[in-house]
Amino acid sequence: MSNLLARPEIEIELTEAGTIGDVERPLSLIERIVTNETFQRFAILVTLLVIWEVYARWLNNSLLFPTFTETITTFWHDIRNGTLVNRTITSLRTLAIGYTLGLLIAGVFTTFAVASGIGTRILSTLTAMFNPLPAIALLPLALIWFGLGTPSIVFVIIHSVLWAVALNTLSGFRSVPETLRMGGRNVGLKGARYVGLILIPAAFPSILAGLKIGWAFAWRTLVAAELVFGVSARSGGIGWYIFEARNELDTATVFAGLLTVILIGLLVESVIFRAIEARTVNLWGMQQ
Amino acid sequence: MNATVRATAPQTPPSAASALLDVSGVTLQYKTPRHLVTATYRVSFNVHQGDRYVILGPSGCGKSTMLKAVGGFMSPVEGSISIRGRKVDGPGPDRMMVFQEFEQLMPWKTVFGNVLFPMKATKKFPRGEAEARANSVIEKVGLSKFKDIYPHMLSGGMKMRVAIARAMALEPDILLMDEPFAALDALTRRSMQQELLSLWDQLRFTVMFVTHSIEEAVLVGSRVLVLSPHPGRVRAELDASQLDYDAVDKPEFGAMTKRIHDLLFAEPQAAAAKKASVST
Repeated sequence: MSNLLARPEIEIELTEAGTIGDVERPLSLIERIVTNETFQRFAILVTLLVIWEVYARWLNNSLLFPTFTETITTFWHDIRNGTLVNRTITSLRTLAIGYTLGLLIAGVFTTFAVASGIGTRILSTLTAMFNPLPAIALLPLALIWFGLGTPSIVFVIIHSVLWAVALNTLSGFRSVPETLRMGGRNVGLKGARYVGLILIPAAFPSILAGLKIGWAFAWRTLVAAELVFGVSARSGGIGWYIFEARNELDTATVFAGLLTVILIGLLVESVIFRAIEARTVNLWGMQQ
Repeated sequence: MNATVRATAPQTPPSAASALLDVSGVTLQYKTPRHLVTATYRVSFNVHQGDRYVILGPSGCGKSTMLKAVGGFMSPVEGSISIRGRKVDGPGPDRMMVFQEFEQLMPWKTVFGNVLFPMKATKKFPRGEAEARANSVIEKVGLSKFKDIYPHMLSGGMKMRVAIARAMALEPDILLMDEPFAALDALTRRSMQQELLSLWDQLRFTVMFVTHSIEEAVLVGSRVLVLSPHPGRVRAELDASQLDYDAVDKPEFGAMTKRIHDLLFAEPQAAAAKKASVST
């Protein structure tokens, strides 16, 4: 015991940090570029494109596998003469109609579902039944009901959006913390104002996830449905563009069509949804 | 059995008329999936204007349930709760709840938005006045600089001040706090208690506060209601208005905590003794 007490106390003068080295050193330009995420993604992309180009040239069979340069030339050509732009606009218009209707119906369904216990049960049962049902599998039925054309495609898009969004929104509503609910009721909120002012913003991370999944489903379904019967009265969409090109064995155009599908997917995901996230859930600290 | 229960039915204290909040003979029950739980049994008490009224008891004494009932989130099986003579029959902005860890701050609104929200939701004040009130109350709790910040960037103490500012701006009759510091570490907890007391010194609101810490009850409260567990019944109502941080090392403080401790934990023997004396 006395031994413990007898130990000397220690106090150390801090040495100048300068003798150890820079406490903070700015990274060199190269270091900064190499660690930049955008740069890394870009580098991966370039590598893939180079592999594509080299492989296609080595294969030397543009019917099976056109080179990147061929694809991009066709892509650029079809954008300049307006074909690809028109087709894309047709597709996006159909998508917008289907997506919006799907969201509206999902909104109505979930509002009824949160209003009562039996509503919740009805919606969970419906979602469990229809969510696993591929939208494309409904296409023959849609053809019988709505005939060949946009209404059929809108129908299958609604189906693909509705259940994903409804499921996510409902689970989001149900996981809103009790304190936030009580806080809302404390100031006398009821009915639609309660849903709009408390439940929707509080469940926004799940709702946003639902919107993203719904978008991806809708886009996939749209392109697939157009591939099966793209041509409506006026003009077909991007899926029809791909299908047409395949019939003419114009593989470079098929590739250009696929490239467009990928680009639009990327754009919506990384620009539109990223922007919504940055302005909402990230700003509010509800995510990350 | 029933007859004896009726005989011990609580007597309404004579001061009930002048009280801000009058709780008389309140029995609260709630259902779990398997049981019907009686949380409190015929609890009566009065809260007066400017009180820091603390409900203290071990877990399972129904103190949080009691607070919820005053908030209007559940209705008593028997007895009545009234505030300024009006019967409580649902949640309302005259009784603002402040929850554990201040989670009721809406993450999607800034400090200003959060303070403004109850005033907008209740439409108690016209828009311009609501904004002016929000600004002034934010200034009172010393958060003017953080007006446009979102809650996730605030410290625990700041969140508490926003939660209180939010509730105060509505000028409620009473502030209800449900174990607000329960989830905090000891040091933060202490500074938050001090912060609450200094806010009370400035604004002189009426607050009802639930805790399971004897020390906290004595420090923060001006009156302490001690509840017994399973189901909650009133054990005592004590005056702690003279005991604050400066009194921590005084013998009165120790005596008070000791007294409450005995009230809470010596109960089984006392009850046993009482039973024995009744039977002989």
